[in-house]
Amino acid sequence: MVLTIVQSLCFVLFVGGCSYIAFRGFRNVYLNIMLGRAADYTDHPGERWKTMLMVALGQKKMFKRPIAAMLHLVIYVSFVITQVELIEIFIDGIFGTHRFLFHAWENIPFLRGLYVFAINLIEVLSVLTFIVTIAFLYRRDLLKLPRFNKPEMKGWPDMDAHIILFLEMFLITNIFIMNSFDMAAAHGEYGFWISGMIAHSWEGMNESLLEIFEKIGWWGHLAGVLGFLMYLAHSKHLHILLAFPNTYFSRLTPKGYINNMPEVTREVKLMLDPNAQVEPAASDAPAKFGAKDIFDLTWKNLLDAYTCTECGRCTAQCPANMTGKLLSPRKIMMDTRDRMEEVREKMDANKGVWVDDGKNLIENGYISVEELRACTTCNACVEECPVNISPLDIIMQLRRSLIMEDSNSPNEWNGMFANLENNGAPWQFSPQDRLNWEKA
Amino acid sequence: MDIKVPTMAEMAANGQKPDVLFWVGCSGSFDQRAQRITRAFVKILDHLKIKYAVLGTEESCTGDPAKRAGNEFVYQMLAMQNIEVMNNYGVQEIVTTCPHCFNILKNEYPALGGKYRVRHHAQFLQELIDQGKIKLTDANSFKGKRITYHDSCYLGRANEIYEAPRKVLELLDAELVEMKSCKTKGLCCGAGGAQMFKEEEHGKLRINEARTLEALDVQPDIVAAACPFCNTMLTDGVKGKDMQVSVKVFDIAELIAQGQGLDGF
Ligand code: SF4
Ligand code: SF4
Repeated sequence: MVLTIVQSLCFVLFVGGCSYIAFRGFRNVYLNIMLGRAADYTDHPGERWKTMLMVALGQKKMFKRPIAAMLHLVIYVSFVITQVELIEIFIDGIFGTHRFLFHAWENIPFLRGLYVFAINLIEVLSVLTFIVTIAFLYRRDLLKLPRFNKPEMKGWPDMDAHIILFLEMFLITNIFIMNSFDMAAAHGEYGFWISGMIAHSWEGMNESLLEIFEKIGWWGHLAGVLGFLMYLAHSKHLHILLAFPNTYFSRLTPKGYINNMPEVTREVKLMLDPNAQVEPAASDAPAKFGAKDIFDLTWKNLLDAYTCTECGRCTAQCPANMTGKLLSPRKIMMDTRDRMEEVREKMDANKGVWVDDGKNLIENGYISVEELRACTTCNACVEECPVNISPLDIIMQLRRSLIMEDSNSPNEWNGMFANLENNGAPWQFSPQDRLNWEKA
Repeated sequence: MDIKVPTMAEMAANGQKPDVLFWVGCSGSFDQRAQRITRAFVKILDHLKIKYAVLGTEESCTGDPAKRAGNEFVYQMLAMQNIEVMNNYGVQEIVTTCPHCFNILKNEYPALGGKYRVRHHAQFLQELIDQGKIKLTDANSFKGKRITYHDSCYLGRANEIYEAPRKVLELLDAELVEMKSCKTKGLCCGAGGAQMFKEEEHGKLRINEARTLEALDVQPDIVAAACPFCNTMLTDGVKGKDMQVSVKVFDIAELIAQGQGLDGF
């Protein structure tokens, strides 16, 4: 009795503590996203739900690469279904019961059958996931697929990818430790196929030892799950949650559309006609053109950055990157996220208040001018992204501030701008000659 | 050229209004290679007795290269001038041979007050073919030729127009072959995002070289484009590989004009 209470207490404290840490992480993610500018992505809710169902739940865009898609689908389905087991782990943990659902449904054959089926399904999926995890490691470390081995993946991002895969294996191993020792202790009563087979290896072990190992598996599995939960906010694995809101808040406009800046419209209208009726500026602060830092990007850009799985599909299709330019659309997303983390750390050290640190997202070890200048706005990255992220949207906003705030543009572009203003064409031709093509 | 191209101003002076405004664009107006595309398209319009007009000297750049370089000011100034001119003429329908002009007129002008029905000439030609108005008089000229179509980013991914230009090419009765990267995966020619107007950033290869290699890989007689900038990039690429004698780069309008036995453009 006392032991049970102690165990339950341990469970509640452990789960509570881990959940609190996880919550702190998610809260920071949320607060960081809210540092972005306002932008409206709530029109056409029907289309949004559909996009989310197709792209996040249905993984539609993953299937452009069928092998990766199948492998990923196994982990995805198995992850979702394995969570069912958590229900029982929680009941047993809190009330000190053992396999509560199995015993509770002793006299309801249908439910008990369902239970056994569910656990068997989880076990089959777990084996498959284990294999897939090894396949993923193989692709990353032995095949060395180029998209996993670009410069921006060195160090922490590569480590992150490995931690996720090893945690995955840790979880699965513990499921089988738990189930197989349990099967051995209960003399096969539960009827789990795979762990039943493993259980043969434990034959002849004494009862209490079996129970201890079962407990190790049980706690190990729980620790794995909670470890994942705490780790998510700091990892690219966060996409398992954010893929859903991020695809819901997709850009529904044609990919070629780049917004017209209202603050510019106002000024241009006044320039063309000083008496023009213009909508007043949203705030008294002097208008800032384009983005230099995360605060100037929209919340959607920041949500994009947290959703990025660092899969590199965008970079693999980027014409600039393919031809050896510095630009990598994945790095744009990673840098944006890193800068958010830096800002949050500094805010935390300063009681939640932001004090300008003299840095921003351009240069400062983040996105270089050379990268920004290499983009052809071809939308290949946007098309490829399996979770509807637009690196191009960030690139464009940063480009705007380079040109309009800093006048930092290549000489040829300065010439082009001057020609456009004076001749209405990017080259130095007279507008009067515009119809000369007719004469040839 | 043996055709007098009607302008909006002349038409308005005679109390007339065309059915469609042909937006020529800067490349089509000034670039010597692209001028031939413009003339080929005009030949088709004229041949089919379509009531069209151009803005001529009243047309300005749409502002696309400025906008995509990051200069929203220059873009909006040009856009507002263009919109004023077009709205004064009561323009409703536009066709253009440039995907960049097409994209910006269709997607970005409306919010500034320029609301028109905009079509790219690939769509325009496809409609005419569907209506049976374009028939090949000289159908044999492309028989046995291999043509590969290069997707323009601003037609393809930007506006999801993949089929229209291919349908247009089907009329030619040639052998159509796809490059390794096509449609949604189409590889950029390197010109977009105002790259056309500056040196490429430092790298291993030029983007147009990479794309040209993909095109040459399928051993075409003709590389078909639907964008004057892609045309320039690919023409340069083919020349760079010294293949300009056996591989020609043409716009779909030029091919259709040739197929109709039109010449002198
Ligand atoms: S839009 Fe820019 S970043 Fe994205 S793939 Fe094209 S060149 Fe690369
Ligand atoms: S932006 Fe999208 S495609 Fe690119 S690495 Fe992130 S998740 Fe992958």
